Amino acid sequence: MKILVCISHVPDTTSKINFTNGDAEFDTNGVQFVINPNDEFGLTRAIWFQEQQGANVTVVNVGGPDTEPTLRKALAIGANEAIRVNAAPKDGFFVATQLAEVIKAGNYDLIIAGKESLDYNGGMVPGMLAAILGYNFVNSCTELKVDGTSATASREIDGGKEIVSTTLPLIIGGQKGLVEEKDLKIPNMRGIMTARTKALTVLEPVNAEVTTKAVKFEKPAAKSAVKLISPDNLDELINLLHNEAKVI
Amino acid sequence: MSILIYAESSSEGKFKKVAFELASYAKKVAESLNTTVTAITVNNTNAAELSKYGVDKVLKVSNDKLKNFTAKAYADIIKQAADKENVKLVLLSSTTDSLYMAPLVAVGLNASFASNVVGLPVSMSPFQVKRTAFSNKAYVISELETEVKVLSLAKNSYGLVENASTLTEEDFAPTLNDGDFSVKVESVEKASGKVTIADAEVVVSGGRGLKGPENWGMLEDLASVLGAATACSKPVSDLGWRPHSEHVGQTGKPVATNLYIAVGISGAIQHIAGISSSKVKVVINSDPEAPFFKVADYGIVGDAFDIVPRLTEKLREFKANS
Ligand SMILES: Cc1cc2nc3c(=O)[nH]c(=O)nc-3n(C[C@H](O)[C@H](O)[C@H](O)COP(=O)(O)OP(=O)(O)OC[C@H]3O[C@@H](n4cnc5c(N)ncnc54)[C@H](O)[C@@H]3O)c2cc1C
Repeated sequence: MKILVCISHVPDTTSKINFTNGDAEFDTNGVQFVINPNDEFGLTRAIWFQEQQGANVTVVNVGGPDTEPTLRKALAIGANEAIRVNAAPKDGFFVATQLAEVIKAGNYDLIIAGKESLDYNGGMVPGMLAAILGYNFVNSCTELKVDGTSATASREIDGGKEIVSTTLPLIIGGQKGLVEEKDLKIPNMRGIMTARTKALTVLEPVNAEVTTKAVKFEKPAAKSAVKLISPDNLDELINLLHNEAKVI
Repeated sequence: MSILIYAESSSEGKFKKVAFELASYAKKVAESLNTTVTAITVNNTNAAELSKYGVDKVLKVSNDKLKNFTAKAYADIIKQAADKENVKLVLLSSTTDSLYMAPLVAVGLNASFASNVVGLPVSMSPFQVKRTAFSNKAYVISELETEVKVLSLAKNSYGLVENASTLTEEDFAPTLNDGDFSVKVESVEKASGKVTIADAEVVVSGGRGLKGPENWGMLEDLASVLGAATACSKPVSDLGWRPHSEHVGQTGKPVATNLYIAVGISGAIQHIAGISSSKVKVVINSDPEAPFFKVADYGIVGDAFDIVPRLTEKLREFKANS
């Protein structure tokens, strides 16, 4: 089985978010970048398939040279090889179009992406990829098993979960649950050393339409200070929630 | 050139509240574009209710094969409806199902797509919307540059606006093919009778400050008095005190309720990112320095084990008298 894991390179979850150039661009100054958490669950599941079922795992990112440390980290975690499509990820459709080319050329059986990336939160790359390629697609996937060309997956639904069956080639929008938190891998020294010798291929992008454009960024308005209520005066809280906030 | 909305139903065939919110929003957008609102429903038995929120026409699909949500089939139906009605703007809500199919709908229609839209378009020409990004730490004004556009509206970002209309009901039988069902639903596990985080108006959430799973009874009592869903912080689900489905935050479920009550939760940046679209936030925490107090509307500094049971009793009295 050939697996492709799509890796998005995003600000660490503790990052303060600021903008520059007249609020038209995200300010990467001082920001630490990581593998998108949803993708990390997918990558770890892919490595499980590698260890248990002999799968070959390629990781791919659409981004500039600055994303290579993130791909190297994925190699250190255990991916066999990496591909970087050398283009700024202009929007979800652009990225999906680039990934579709990589998938067509590499004949992957299973493609695991994150259900959304924690920077633009578009939530569209895996679905668009599935639609472009006409592959089967399971989003918000919390469990995945593959047997030959058949796959069984759990999908999170509002208020529960759903078990679905389908066939490869398959695209997954992954998230927490694909593996347990405690099974996420931290690269060890040996992994980091071998990652340096693994192939990281740089491909040039294909022409693709850009359908959306980020025009300007804004930060949420500052909040007014919290109203503190004494633990001995819970009636006051109820009064405020009822009469002021009008939520009960 | 009408606007098409997908008015989502529950498995019982009733509209979800988000369907009415979406209709309210669509009506307002339609007014400024001088056009009408068409809705599409699947196996819904109360389509007439849409007339309360300004919908002009409803295309009703009934088909037993569509009993379970199947993203590809539903996306296919919406595409066919959009083509038939010559629609240039398709509006979806932000439920798990709608977000699943939205990118499929967009590609099918050669459309651009924006998710997490939080308000009316900022401009109609060029077409620009405001959406959340960076896990609610910022907003971005996004311009959609294709002729056909798909938006998904963030829950509770517009609200319900009643607007009576004359509704034309029409049966619609789209063509479905086997490929639409290539991901087959084998079983659905859903807690019945429990308020879900996605649908709840109020969410009561507990953190590591509650010390252990045996102490969740008092949170469940509080939730039941308020008709609320229960949720938890990430470590609580990682420790196995509560199921993963209750984990809220940046890497868990988003919460956009009217009222979010956090008990024994410190308010780490990743937790806040996921719940900050909730309208009113209350924190109960013994540590006055807990970061949650910086983002809350109302706060009580004190011991949850003392406060929560007393608050529950007082709310019970309040509910009984109101
Ligand atoms: C990549 C990444 C992603 C993450 N994603 C998420 C996420 O999605 N959601 C999330 O929640 N976290 C997330 N986290 C974890 C986050 O950083 C915090 O560790 C977590 O939110 C803390 O949970 P807590 O508030 O329950 O526990 P703690 O931080 O331990 O806080 C417990 C609080 O309880 C209070 N307390 C103790 N006893 C009492 C009492 N008797 N009465 C009242 N209060 C009391 C304490 O004062 C304290 O403030 C993520 C972390 C990382 C690194």
